[in-house]
Amino acid sequence: MAIHIVDRRLNPGSKSLENRQRFLRRAKALVQGAVKRSSQDRDIKDVLEGGVVSVPIDGMEEPRFRREGGTRDMVLPGNKKFIEGDMLPRPNQSGGKGRGAGEGDSEDAFRFVLSRDEFVDLFLDDLELPDLAKRKLANVESEGIRRAGYTTSGSPANISVSRTVSRALARRVALRRPRPEVLEALEAELADCSDEARRTELMAEIEALKAKIRRIPFIDPIDIRYRRFETVPKPVAQAVMFCLMDVSGSMTEHMKDLAKRFYMLLYVFLKRRYRHVEIVFIRHTDRAEEVDEQTFFHGPASGGTLVSSALQAMHDIVRSRFKPADWNIYAAQASDGDNSYADGEVAGRLLTDKILPVSQFFAYLEVGQENGLSYEMPNSSLWTLYEGLRASGAPLSMRKVNERSEIFPVFHDLFQRRSQQERTGS
Amino acid sequence: MTATDQLLFEGADWDFRTLQRICDACEQVARDELGLDVYPNQIEVITAEQMLDAYSSVGMPLFYKHWSFGKHFAFQEASYRKGLMGLAYEIVINSSPCISYLMEENTATMQTLVIAHAAFGHNHFFKNNYLFKQWTDADGILDYLEFAKRYVAHCEERHGRLAVEHTLDAAHALMSHGIDRYPGKKSLDLRAEEKRAGRRRAHEEAAFNDLWRTVPTGPAKTSAILDVEHRRQMLGLPQENLLYFLEKTAPRLRPWQRELLRIVRHIAQYFYPQSQTKVMNEGTATYVHYRIMSRLHQQGRLTDGNFLEFLQSHTNVVFQPEFDDPRYSGFNPYALGFAMMQDIERIVTNPEAEDREWFPDIAGTGDAMGVLRDIWANYRDESFISQFMSPRLMRHFRLFHLHDDPEERAGILVDAIHNERGYRRLRRELARQYDVGFIDANIEVVDVDLAGDRRLMLRHTVVKGAQLTEADTKRVLQHLADLWSYDVSLVEVDTSNKVLKEYIANPRNIAAAA
Repeated sequence: MAIHIVDRRLNPGSKSLENRQRFLRRAKALVQGAVKRSSQDRDIKDVLEGGVVSVPIDGMEEPRFRREGGTRDMVLPGNKKFIEGDMLPRPNQSGGKGRGAGEGDSEDAFRFVLSRDEFVDLFLDDLELPDLAKRKLANVESEGIRRAGYTTSGSPANISVSRTVSRALARRVALRRPRPEVLEALEAELADCSDEARRTELMAEIEALKAKIRRIPFIDPIDIRYRRFETVPKPVAQAVMFCLMDVSGSMTEHMKDLAKRFYMLLYVFLKRRYRHVEIVFIRHTDRAEEVDEQTFFHGPASGGTLVSSALQAMHDIVRSRFKPADWNIYAAQASDGDNSYADGEVAGRLLTDKILPVSQFFAYLEVGQENGLSYEMPNSSLWTLYEGLRASGAPLSMRKVNERSEIFPVFHDLFQRRSQQERTGS
Repeated sequence: MTATDQLLFEGADWDFRTLQRICDACEQVARDELGLDVYPNQIEVITAEQMLDAYSSVGMPLFYKHWSFGKHFAFQEASYRKGLMGLAYEIVINSSPCISYLMEENTATMQTLVIAHAAFGHNHFFKNNYLFKQWTDADGILDYLEFAKRYVAHCEERHGRLAVEHTLDAAHALMSHGIDRYPGKKSLDLRAEEKRAGRRRAHEEAAFNDLWRTVPTGPAKTSAILDVEHRRQMLGLPQENLLYFLEKTAPRLRPWQRELLRIVRHIAQYFYPQSQTKVMNEGTATYVHYRIMSRLHQQGRLTDGNFLEFLQSHTNVVFQPEFDDPRYSGFNPYALGFAMMQDIERIVTNPEAEDREWFPDIAGTGDAMGVLRDIWANYRDESFISQFMSPRLMRHFRLFHLHDDPEERAGILVDAIHNERGYRRLRRELARQYDVGFIDANIEVVDVDLAGDRRLMLRHTVVKGAQLTEADTKRVLQHLADLWSYDVSLVEVDTSNKVLKEYIANPRNIAAAA
């Protein structure tokens, strides 16, 4: 009997991928909740990491008829001292209960690992991005072209003359194509020669050489070389992202969470476009300071509100550390809109003169109370100020946001701007 | 064939020529010395990831798509990565040719062990045991699975993924009650099954005429004519195969839904013998690999080192922790099965007086393999244990029987131990633990209220006071009601017909919409 041995190791793996996707789709609401929770705990930079989420098994159960209780008979191995008729005390009730629950209805929540893409997808889904925006986010960096050696085929415009000629030369030498000087010398000798026998000899020789010259072309199609180009990811510049936030007492946790969401989204977007992204956190009350992320979102602070202090701090940092020639500068400001009235003019000047000229994008996000309607918010002092600036042509994106799902429209501006640029650029 | 005194391999490395040599050597021992009769073998080498894949689709090489397999995969992958779970060394499939999957990480010794275990031990059992012969169709299973996969995909295209998913969810919930427990008229022929489904579909398409939908139906027959007995006979009641009953009689299922139920039912049926022969199947395979490996070592075809490596794995496999050991989680089928097979060999070749008294038919007959082959062919776990568990083995395992009656305040009674008075009771109780009649709840369809609201009535006969868990039962009944599309009721009655509990489930709208 022949035994058939098959090597299946090279078969496409992950046959379960399809099942896994179905499972994720089914568990979408649950997984999304888990992603939301997990992205709240994460730092902005970790949002792209993927990772472990734990999903409660409720709603994913596969019910079966099961039984429990009643009289139980068991045969067990390893008797040491029991004899027939012994009464054993029951193990304490709580222990017994616990095991029953484990066997019965509920399985524990289980943790599983989402890949980076799955995580970002779910994260973006939660923000209700339109598909177009998602595609943009998902796009890898743009491509450029680069010289990469020579090729035997291509468009005439790309013929490399020097390479072609040198190859032709090599071929002519190799095939001993008679050089013109040799022919000329022979013809000169023929003109001078009077010996009949020598003349016929010379003429035959000249004929042969001429024939050979005709047979071996000066440039043959096989000599032709084209310059080859290959597409490479365009070397992208670096970007710095300024997160400005008002941390005075009027900012609630909900507002900060909205702001964090927005920063995360901006980070995801920048991370896809630029290879290197720095984040600078500037928080301000009536004076501004650069802080780390933890302090930024969670550190306590109190005081009045002077927006110009943050703008000034950003300007200083740009001047000292991020030369606009080398860095793409993005800024996102989140605030509840309070600003001292006297500060308006200073802030406006700083923004239009110093900051906007060097920034790619400046977004202002006015965060409101949960469940409030953004349209019902009275215009705050900061909003009025920025509105005025925008009316006079300053490139600002600004939105009022109460719910997570409203965060996206701010982005919409950004994408529009970008696609216009692309159109004019190409 | 290579000379029999030559080493098969040295060290841990192997290649495909080594595998071939190993197979030949194993086959020689299996056929000539153990007299095994196997399906042709096909051995497939796979990676750990592919092994995980196979795990999540109940070990089958191809299966239809369903989210629950993805869930199992995610779960298993997570515990595998955390190192909580080792992977099996092999998976073997009851098909012809018999496919054994070997992990590429296994050492040469492990491959030999696994080939002896799966490709000869399990393979012989699949081919010869009466349950497998009766209930499974080894020639047709792969084709049938292929058909099932295509059919499910086809349904998803035509009727939408969600509708198919609902139907499959419901069918899976009832899978353990989609089995014919008693042999019917004919054994399963999966190839014919596949052709039949295709023909029926083709016929439906060819014969479709929209006019029929508009033909007015006459007044319904008065249901008074159908007396209870007649009705029950017409519906084939009582019926314990819930999936079969739904497939044949559920009033509002579409044809493709019935076909899906049928597929799930056939697959459940295919696995039915495996659940009844766990101890025997593993016992047989373990006994066979032990015999083959020992013989190869004797012949000088395995080095002492490799043989020790084998013994170490073998000892791990047949390890049976005692009841008070934290590692104890019930009987290890490998340990119990192997111990019984070896014990039978001892009884046949070298019996004591006690064995002659207990096993007059086989004690001292001398032909161990003949007796074992006969047992492998004609028993399942329950009958095997209740007839071949010897007093000596019960003493060896130091078995004892606990009777836990919740009514009894004083505690748990030790009802029998491994002594003269207890042997028979112990053996009976142990065998009963493997009796399918006790493993699954006894639930059957008893009636349909045709005169009234078409309610489907089920009954669970409670044995020894073990009632259904409430939350799960409600969910399963919900699925059942969705398929039946009218109300479903379930009563739990004890053996004296006293009603203990009653459930009612109403169909959800999605089933009607689907």
